[in-house]
Amino acid sequence: MQYLPNIIFVLLLIVGVGFFVKNISKLKRNIFLGKESSINDNKSQRWKNMAKIALGQSKMVVRPIAGFLHIIVYVGFVIINIEVLEIILDGIFGTHRMFSVLGGLYSFLIASFEVLALLVIIAVVVFWIRRNVIRLKRFFKPEMTGWPKNDGNLILYIELVLMFLFLTMNAVDYQLQQMGAEHYAKAGSFPISSFIAPLFENLSISTLIVIERTAWWLHIAGILFFLNYLYYSKHLHILLAFPNTYYGKLTPKGQFKNLQSVTDEVRMMMDPDADPYAEPAEDAAVPDKFGASDVQDLSWVQLLNAYTCTECGRCTSECPANQTGKKLSPRKIMMDTRDRLEEVGKNIDENNGEFKDDGKQLLNDYISPEELWACTSCNACVEACPISIDPLSIIMDMRQYLVMEQSAAPTDLNNMMGNIENNGAPWPFNQMDRLNWSKES
Amino acid sequence: MVSELKVPTMAEFFAAGTVPEVLFWVGCAGSFDDRAKKITKAFVKILNKANVSFAVLGTEESCTGDPAKRAGNEFLFQMQAVTNIEVLNAYEIKKIVTACPHCFNTIKNEYPGLGGNYEVVHHTQFLKELLSEGRISIEGGMFKGKRITFHDPCYLGRANGVYEAPRDLIRKLDAELVEMKSCKQRGLCCGAGGAQMFKEPEKGDKDVNIERTEQALEIKPDIIAAGCPFCNTMMTDGVKNKEKEDSIAVMDIAELIATAEDL
Repeated sequence: MQYLPNIIFVLLLIVGVGFFVKNISKLKRNIFLGKESSINDNKSQRWKNMAKIALGQSKMVVRPIAGFLHIIVYVGFVIINIEVLEIILDGIFGTHRMFSVLGGLYSFLIASFEVLALLVIIAVVVFWIRRNVIRLKRFFKPEMTGWPKNDGNLILYIELVLMFLFLTMNAVDYQLQQMGAEHYAKAGSFPISSFIAPLFENLSISTLIVIERTAWWLHIAGILFFLNYLYYSKHLHILLAFPNTYYGKLTPKGQFKNLQSVTDEVRMMMDPDADPYAEPAEDAAVPDKFGASDVQDLSWVQLLNAYTCTECGRCTSECPANQTGKKLSPRKIMMDTRDRLEEVGKNIDENNGEFKDDGKQLLNDYISPEELWACTSCNACVEACPISIDPLSIIMDMRQYLVMEQSAAPTDLNNMMGNIENNGAPWPFNQMDRLNWSKES
Repeated sequence: MVSELKVPTMAEFFAAGTVPEVLFWVGCAGSFDDRAKKITKAFVKILNKANVSFAVLGTEESCTGDPAKRAGNEFLFQMQAVTNIEVLNAYEIKKIVTACPHCFNTIKNEYPGLGGNYEVVHHTQFLKELLSEGRISIEGGMFKGKRITFHDPCYLGRANGVYEAPRDLIRKLDAELVEMKSCKQRGLCCGAGGAQMFKEPEKGDKDVNIERTEQALEIKPDIIAAGCPFCNTMMTDGVKNKEKEDSIAVMDIAELIATAEDL
């Protein structure tokens, strides 16, 4: 029976990691429900962007307070995960503080984990205050009710609990080391938890061991829980920010893609030798739908964008339409896209791998034309996103569907387009008068 | 000093068997909008004074298709683009300057994929080139000490990363360049982009141009400088809405320079 803890640990690990992997493969399948978009260009630039924007957090610090605190939490979690590696190995092999053979380096590592844990706690508390006491405006938009609101706080609570468990585990360990308990050889340096240790001074060794083991088990179980929580949460960004910044747009922000299907049509119209009455070739593919009305019409990069969004709302707070009280919120565009994609994914799961029409789509059921028409295409949202999400491209694709598939543009825009078609200008002026200005005084 | 504008067309150059240094793409606003026509003329005056060999397409020019594309009508956009590219390529155009950031962005970024490859510059970049080549000089004079703020056009700034050319020109006027709280990468839109110029705004608390004008008024400028005919209209309307048109002028960079040079 002496291996029981090891077996339980390994089982816990397999279940925890297994469930996570299962969800990730579902995530991948959902993302690739999007249209193909092969991105093989500029690999070195893309790696650089990922290193700078995701790893280096370069766009987070545009807002210095949030940026600085975020870097603390980010660095804290990345580095403290070295400790998780030790915990996992200890759990499997039934050892205690396996890395302590590193001696002085180990003491240094444990000490820095502790300092970081304290900093993370401080940062998380400030984040909580920003959300719940200061009530920053961008966290209180209409799309931030229900789950998204609770999710934001829940993440903070989980991080807080994990950090406290880590420090408690160390504090009791330190206390046991001082008392010379068996298996608790002197190892590590505890600059923070040694201040908590006095709380446990009057307890017996056996009680302390129970507390230490409980904290240890809860800590690793908590980490596995958090890992699995990611898929259901905006916190997924800690993983997806990396591919998302890699696949981010490299061309100038003002450059919108030209639709190839339209180019083919236009070329044919301009070709004097083309036969306008020709039957389409028998093997000709069904022409592409213009624009997007549902998630499957978007590219997989746009769907990756949707899953990557962490709902920080920087896009929405920079959006001129949103700032002036219009319904459009770029964050909502991303959240709607993700929620609809999740719905489509569930539909596929429930129907043996095939999507069954549910009478719904992204347009109207999630995103209204009113939102889409409020966009000035100014790119403020794209610029604001700290992890290279492009809400504007989704808005533009949906406008294309409205105009080219449904002829559902606002009347004013139809007039404007009629003018361009007839006179080559958005206003009703004759093209032959285009140079008149040069003769007016 | 009023002299007649010299505005040669590409057709004239072609007939004479010569090529101009640069094509001036006037754009629809610059051709038809009363306010924007003043910007066009100011820019031409500078070109004339600097003896720049340029031409316009005149009646052969047509909308780039930008508002159609941003409104979602890719078909109309590409029809416009392909037609324009045919004209430009027939004249073997190499370099294009325009005072409209929307035309600038579209020709520079979206025409190459359809067969139109040109060097495209915004007029503020072109003026800066002329200045650094010593082909024009800018004297502070009447703008000395004036507080001038520059409103970044989205399609020049964020869309294409051009922030400094217009600002360098303002500094040359010996003016005090003051920045609004949202500027450069974080500049606030005037509200006209994405085909909004041609429609009523959606329901909201206020219009975008009013919000932007309020940002400008906060820093008490004498002049709001613009680099886009649509921004110019929006900011002019905003200033009028705030009844400040007597104390605050909205001027294009080209107009500032032409005025400074007493053209």
